[in-house]
Amino acid sequence: MLYIKNLHVEISGKEILKGINLEIKERETCILFGINGGGKTSLLLTIMGFSGYNITKGEIIFKEKVINDLPINERVGMGIGISLQRPPVVRGVKTRQMIEIASKGLASCEELAGQLNLLDFLDRDINLNFSGGEMKRSELLQLIAQSPDLVLLDEPESGVDLENMALVGKICNNLLEKHLHRKRKKSGLIITHTGYILDYLEADKGYVLANGRISCMGNPREILEDIRKRGYEECMVCKR
Amino acid sequence: MKNNNELAKEALLKKASLGEDIDINDYNQITEENPYIENLSSLNNQDRNRMREAGIEASEEGRTGTFLQMDHSVVHESSHQEGLEIMSIASALEKYDWLTDYFGKLVPVDTDKYTATTHLNPHQGYFIRALPGVKTTFPIQACLFIGKERLSQNVHNVIIAEEGSELNIITGCATASHVKEGLHIGINEFYVKKGAKISFTMIHAWAENIMVRPRTSTIIEEDGVFLSNYICLKPVKSLQMYPTAKLIGKGAMARYNSIIYAHANSNLDVGSRVILSAPNTKAEIIARTIANGGNIITRGHLVGEMPNTKAHLECRGLIIGNGLVHAIPEIEGKVEGIDLSHEAAVGKIAQEEIEYLMARGLSVSEATSTIVRGFMDVSIMGLPDTLTKEIDKAIKSCGEEMM
Repeated sequence: MLYIKNLHVEISGKEILKGINLEIKERETCILFGINGGGKTSLLLTIMGFSGYNITKGEIIFKEKVINDLPINERVGMGIGISLQRPPVVRGVKTRQMIEIASKGLASCEELAGQLNLLDFLDRDINLNFSGGEMKRSELLQLIAQSPDLVLLDEPESGVDLENMALVGKICNNLLEKHLHRKRKKSGLIITHTGYILDYLEADKGYVLANGRISCMGNPREILEDIRKRGYEECMVCKR
Repeated sequence: MKNNNELAKEALLKKASLGEDIDINDYNQITEENPYIENLSSLNNQDRNRMREAGIEASEEGRTGTFLQMDHSVVHESSHQEGLEIMSIASALEKYDWLTDYFGKLVPVDTDKYTATTHLNPHQGYFIRALPGVKTTFPIQACLFIGKERLSQNVHNVIIAEEGSELNIITGCATASHVKEGLHIGINEFYVKKGAKISFTMIHAWAENIMVRPRTSTIIEEDGVFLSNYICLKPVKSLQMYPTAKLIGKGAMARYNSIIYAHANSNLDVGSRVILSAPNTKAEIIARTIANGGNIITRGHLVGEMPNTKAHLECRGLIIGNGLVHAIPEIEGKVEGIDLSHEAAVGKIAQEEIEYLMARGLSVSEATSTIVRGFMDVSIMGLPDTLTKEIDKAIKSCGEEMM
């Protein structure tokens, strides 16, 4: 599904990703661990094609096509979707419109918003005065409407209150078609700093990203155990 | 003391304090009469479409009444509700002796050459009045249409909402599609009596070489509410106006919203002023301006003359490509115990917002137009649903060629 080969990325001339190699197969859910500022979000935004992330070397291959130079919306058209950590406010553009845009008018806004306890948000300006948790749920709401084949989630659990945590977990599972078991096709790359999302979600692979490099790879629960026991310091010089 | 005619004569050459000066003699003051139109559906399609862009429905669907003036002739007037009067200003002056207590009382005729010309050489205008307690559910539509080249249309309009009444009015000003040059000037005097409410929505759909200079004043009595919405999305050569609302009774409220779009070669100088001259009065002025090749001066002025008054002014401007947005907000507090504030911002469309919408599947141009439409969000106007839909429709009908 996604294959990243020796990816080097600069922001304003400063190298922040220094040769990333990573593969996500169909049906696979991968977790990306790492300290803040380690480049996790940059990697996701680069995959999505946001401006300011200049690829200096390497390739991003999605569904067997190099997508390095494709505009964002064409990547969306191919089946990539993202939930942003801090989405911007777009004044006058309502949550309802975002769902319509994401689903190309096919989704029932009321039904989807109901699932995420966001009914009251449908006619509000997107992200305006949303709390951190509300933003996360609104992002997931749009992703469900979009139903991408590759789901990129940037810390879906941060800012979410305990009440809604199980809900967010369930929605992530739905996005990744976990209920379809072996028949499922969707893949995911999920950033987590705390690892809480793993209490709700089965993942197949874990990566630790530090200083712009993948420093460790393996079973995500084991990695999380290590991080919890020894901290990120140890993982950065992985002994595996 | 000089009478109005004398004052007007002396002011015939008086330049306005704002806006480019216009030589009124460049425009025709005389034109032939247009025949009365019994059934609006007999209007030709081109004119109907132009009117629709100004919020006027020839079918009268969802309207309580209609006033239509073409050039200098009132060609249609109808009211479909008891207690609601819609007629030409000349008929009203003939019918009601007392109207002289209102006509020409709020806007001094010697304000400038435009008011003076309108006073001395009036070409009709409308009179709309709701009797005490009468409330219109659906809007009334009033259309001032210019169908001839190089014509001057000088109108004097009076609206009166008697005590406890409620008026919803859409005024659409437009030119026929073949008209290139023209001048529209006028005097508007609105009265909101005790406990009454006027929602006045004006939509301008002019053409590239039209000059526009309306002069408008409103007074609002105790517990009265005045909502004024202005929408101008079509090209216009030069438009300058600075309507004023005066809150003279306690508990009165005024709100001005405007959405202005300046195309290349369009020059708009639009302001709103509220004078809070009674206690416990409130006001809000909200302007959204977009310059896409044209120039916009957006003014606002709040004057607090009595304690316990509260008002806020907000100008947001967006520049696409090139253009000018010059925000001039003014607040003037004259006593202790007032609360006046303003905020103004001019910017561009944020790349981050475009990319966010692209990440949901829109192309760059789709994302841009979605953001611009959002910026012109009419839900900020706090209007009844039916009216919001109407305005949305007008914006969409203009929007397609605008983007």
